[in-house]
Amino acid sequence: MPKADVLLAGTDQHDLTTLDGYRAANGYTAIEQARGMSPDALIELLNDANLRGRGGAGFPMGRKASLIDRKSPKPKYLVVNADESEPGAFKDRQIMGEVPHRLIEGCLITAHAIEAEQVYIYIRGEYLAEYEILARAVEDARAADLFGDVSVVVHRGAGAYICGEETALLDSLEGKRGQPRPRPPFPPIQGLYGAPTQINNVGTIATVPKILELGVDEFKEVGVETSPGTAIFSLSGNVVNPGNYELALGTPLRELIYDCGGGVAGGRELKAIIPGGSSVPVLTPDQVDTPLDYNSIQEAGSFFGSAAVMVIDDRCCMVQLALRAAKFYMHESCGKCTPCREGTRWMVQLLTKIEDGRAELSDLDLLLNVCDRILGKSLCALGDFAVYPVSSYLNKFHDEFVAHVEERGCPFGGESSVEGITAPIDQHAHHPTATVPS
Amino acid sequence: MSDFATEVQRVASLYPDRRSAVLEALRLAQERHDGWLPEEALREVADALEVTPAYAKSIASFYDMLHLEPVGRHVVEVCTNLACALVGAQRVVEAFESELGIRSGETTEDGEITFRTVECLGGCGYATVVAVDERYRQFVKPDDVPAIVAEVRDAEG
Repeated sequence: MPKADVLLAGTDQHDLTTLDGYRAANGYTAIEQARGMSPDALIELLNDANLRGRGGAGFPMGRKASLIDRKSPKPKYLVVNADESEPGAFKDRQIMGEVPHRLIEGCLITAHAIEAEQVYIYIRGEYLAEYEILARAVEDARAADLFGDVSVVVHRGAGAYICGEETALLDSLEGKRGQPRPRPPFPPIQGLYGAPTQINNVGTIATVPKILELGVDEFKEVGVETSPGTAIFSLSGNVVNPGNYELALGTPLRELIYDCGGGVAGGRELKAIIPGGSSVPVLTPDQVDTPLDYNSIQEAGSFFGSAAVMVIDDRCCMVQLALRAAKFYMHESCGKCTPCREGTRWMVQLLTKIEDGRAELSDLDLLLNVCDRILGKSLCALGDFAVYPVSSYLNKFHDEFVAHVEERGCPFGGESSVEGITAPIDQHAHHPTATVPS
Repeated sequence: MSDFATEVQRVASLYPDRRSAVLEALRLAQERHDGWLPEEALREVADALEVTPAYAKSIASFYDMLHLEPVGRHVVEVCTNLACALVGAQRVVEAFESELGIRSGETTEDGEITFRTVECLGGCGYATVVAVDERYRQFVKPDDVPAIVAEVRDAEG
């Protein structure tokens, strides 16, 4: 049985934050191999490995690389999305904190594949400890002459969820407010500073050296046909042992929650599971055998997202949870597109009304109507991300929403696990608020 | 050239467009101005990068870690996003509010500590996550709060 440790391989034997430790674990041998290959051959290898993007969308990395206009007279850029901000996700933080050189080696290999001489790693501003580790690793690798003609810069963000969206990230990296761009043109054609740009998630890039080291066939021995390899799943919420677990793609959700996570904490009952971070539709306990890979989770009506699995027990009021999620998206909406900017405010107001017991049944329909007016109508997916939790909680826990209306208040009577949770938006006085007409 | 301007130039040289250094410049300016960005700080950034102060402010107002209002000598932040909320972040928030005698979003009267709730810090498996001057404390329980506050008050600012 092949072991499901790819990204974190070697961390149990060596301190992989040091150059010596990483070299002892076979580090920086894949880059030698890659530099002996032509960019075309390298891209073909990535395509054969069918490495799918670990950031959310699952787009095949090799195909992305093949879209780069390598003949362009402009410089080519590789940008690593290390702006991990999806609620529930903390996998990239572990990669940068424990195997920074694997990420750096992946950058060098990918840069060779797309003929880029400049790599920017955009790390979220809050990850200060990980920034320090990564920046030191970059210095060590540079000092050891591993970079060749390539320059690697670690760029810190300053706190904005939207900058995890790839075109907002590019604007932020260019020194602007992080707001998404219209597409087309797509980044491989016109990305950073208007030049061809490859953007990949930390987990994707850090997997690349292991594909060369193991070879495509061995790499594909773990995982499933449509999603080979492993992923680090971030497990959180009401479980006994939360944390990161690297597993083969296709591992059943049940195994993650019960075998790795020790099951629901305090002997409580499982109520709901968020499989890919707060922005994806919720799953119900009858779906606990869903395999954790891109296609299977989509067939179950949700998304792989950022592999962030949140476990929710029976003490949680789903209206309160939806309200807290909606407040997050309202806070993080960049304000560029009207449906997202205004729609998230409407959602917060309607959910507040429902939770307070002031809503009529028609407000539930209005809430779904608002969702419908946001979905697919903004430049980026943040609007959709705001909709998925709200509409899926409402659809799958409809009786609970109706009970709030009929009982003129929260049926949990102040005993919900997320009762009264404060949101950062509640601290702001400067957000102009459109009012939902009564 | 001042140390600040020299450092901003060094960062700017890493990019084809010097404006890419604006977040780092604002961060450095904030460190020099007691943790926030008064008009003077925005002007310094603008001068160093040859942009207008209004441009610097438009960037500063977009990002959560850049402050346009004064903050305390220390900033304590509690994550209250879903994963932390599910395991009792609100009780940690209330413990801080009671220990400090202020509401979230406020600064203690002596100007020592600003306390606020923040969105997901990426420590969901180690909830509740508290950031003290950007350094994470994990698995924080309400009972841990008095000791954290005492430690922050004793720390060099």
